[in-house]
Amino acid sequence: MAAETGPTDLLRVRDLQVGFATEGGVAKVLDRVNLTIGQGQIVGLVGESGCGKTTLSRAILGVLPRNAARIAGGSIHFDGVDLLTLDPTVLERSVRGRRISFIPQDPYGSFNPVFPIGSQIMELMKWKSPALSEREAARNTWLPRLHGRRRFREDRARVLDLLRSVQLPDPEAILAKYPHEVSGGQRQRLMIAMALLTEPKLIIADEPTTALDVTIQAQILKLLRRLATEHRVAVLFTTHDLGTAWEICDRVTVMYAGQEMEEAPSDGFFNRPSHPYTARLLSSLPSRDGGLVGIPGDIPSLVDPPGGCRFHPRCDFATEVCRRERPGPSSIGPDSDHVVRCYHPVVDHPRRAAP
Amino acid sequence: MSDSHTEAGPILDIRGLKKYFPIRNAWGRRTGWLKALDDVSLTVRRGEILGIVGESGCGKSTLGKTLMGIHRSTAGEIVFEGNDIAGLAPSAARELRRDLQYSYQDPGASLDPRWKIRRSLHEPLVVHSDLGYDARERRVRDILRAVGLPPGHLDLYPHEISGGQQRRVGLARILTLHPSLIILDEPTSGLDVSVQATILKLFLDLLAEFRLTYLFISHDLSVVRMICDRVAVMYLGKVVEIGDTETVFASPRHPYTQSLLAAIPEIGGRRVTDTFWLEGEPPNPGDLPSGCRFRTRCPLAVPRCAESEPALRADWPGQAAACFLAE
Repeated sequence: MAAETGPTDLLRVRDLQVGFATEGGVAKVLDRVNLTIGQGQIVGLVGESGCGKTTLSRAILGVLPRNAARIAGGSIHFDGVDLLTLDPTVLERSVRGRRISFIPQDPYGSFNPVFPIGSQIMELMKWKSPALSEREAARNTWLPRLHGRRRFREDRARVLDLLRSVQLPDPEAILAKYPHEVSGGQRQRLMIAMALLTEPKLIIADEPTTALDVTIQAQILKLLRRLATEHRVAVLFTTHDLGTAWEICDRVTVMYAGQEMEEAPSDGFFNRPSHPYTARLLSSLPSRDGGLVGIPGDIPSLVDPPGGCRFHPRCDFATEVCRRERPGPSSIGPDSDHVVRCYHPVVDHPRRAAP
Repeated sequence: MSDSHTEAGPILDIRGLKKYFPIRNAWGRRTGWLKALDDVSLTVRRGEILGIVGESGCGKSTLGKTLMGIHRSTAGEIVFEGNDIAGLAPSAARELRRDLQYSYQDPGASLDPRWKIRRSLHEPLVVHSDLGYDARERRVRDILRAVGLPPGHLDLYPHEISGGQQRRVGLARILTLHPSLIILDEPTSGLDVSVQATILKLFLDLLAEFRLTYLFISHDLSVVRMICDRVAVMYLGKVVEIGDTETVFASPRHPYTQSLLAAIPEIGGRRVTDTFWLEGEPPNPGDLPSGCRFRTRCPLAVPRCAESEPALRADWPGQAAACFLAE
């Protein structure tokens, strides 16, 4: 497969197939998935639980469990290199944690409870600081790493700077605290600061606001959007909450049972959904005019998924061809970059009434 | 949505309910009180769905659990169907539990993994009634049909059915005793939207079929807006605003309610990230600010707010708010 990375595309996932070995057989968790992220774009990856969004983001990070996951095909081009064929040690030292970083859903689980926050952040900077040259960073990881006094001071100043820019009050005091001493919202701010510390080009945020209250969520989304723009970093924002995707994403990709269904700019996605699944998903959202529709049926088993388009057993428009073969991507509507994978896309979409 | 049977007085009347938890230091000596519920008064009308909303730590779950008797109240009255149930001994309270039921966040998780669904559904009837096996089985099958599950599921174990179906079984288990009031604690959190819609529809169907009343505790305001008749907004152990859902959502009076509503993402509408103005996080509930609890984050706060605590004022038709400056 040729590297067809365009000039503005930062990440390009093509035909990625990932399976997991389970007791019942191989679960085909990702089925020929495509995903594109442009430089500095915030891309939402939405879908219900079990749709494969977390597996996709882990595949990009290269942290799929080695003993169970099988990557059966496809490519992940990031910044011109295929991450799947890259030497794993190079990937670990110079890509993961430096050029691609991660914001987890539960920030508490990502801190070690027995060390102060500051020492954990400085430990990260010891290995992944942007002040380290590429060669230094790629040195053997089993040797003890020195953190020279000058670089330590520079790094610490950088850390404090970033903590101020994520609006944490009194950053010096926070560095001396233990993880349990700060609130959930503050922990998530710390995580955002840590993800930005290494000056990455891509941040993968895995449901970063799911565990937060709605007022804190609004603050965090606002912050994430501002910092992504300021630092010109692209964000892959996975969420099951369509409302938060609408808040901050430039583009949205929706997945169902391991297949991506529709990919579109945020405005086109929410106002002119073309895939029947997207349309059903949007109409199940609670709304004032009684949106109690839901989608009848259950998510299929991934060990023995339905053939063709995996949504066909629950789809109103399914025909023979949907059962046989998965539709290819085709663009639809006024936007040339609104791509849907469906034989029977919804064309006449009553525009959702603006409040 | 259920005006058909609002004949008698309120089904539940809460007056000045308080629940304080002691804060203890390392030697077990009490150093203060955490006021999880501080002088909460509200009434639940027969047949309505009353929503309780607020951020985590505002006391909404403590309210549900105190009503249920899981926590013992510190002070105040809970008048349920005409009887004060706040200070009852466990044995006397057991009778009442039949009519007042509590549904946990994930009712499926409260099913015994080693029991078949049939045994789980029979259990409440064994405890609370003297029905024979056949009578129980008939009632269980009726309820199972009402929650939309086939009778074949009686012979399955909880792990053999999906999460959404487990929730339905959990609900069926509560309904077997024909309660009159159900406290639903975060009933839709953790559900995907497509499943959430079907579960909410089930709640509404059951409400009509079994003439129920719901106390709907949730942090999801868009769900509350859709299914509740009235809504109470809590902040740090106090009800700061209460009223008809439409009125509260259309014209919130309390600044906290206003900010809470402004934080909900609205697809197709304005973006919260452009307009949201509330800063900071709720203060430590063990160390509350003087006067109005919201004043530390409130954009309107004046010196008066620090001096005394505003009481709920029912100054608007069908709506009351606890703020000096609301108008």
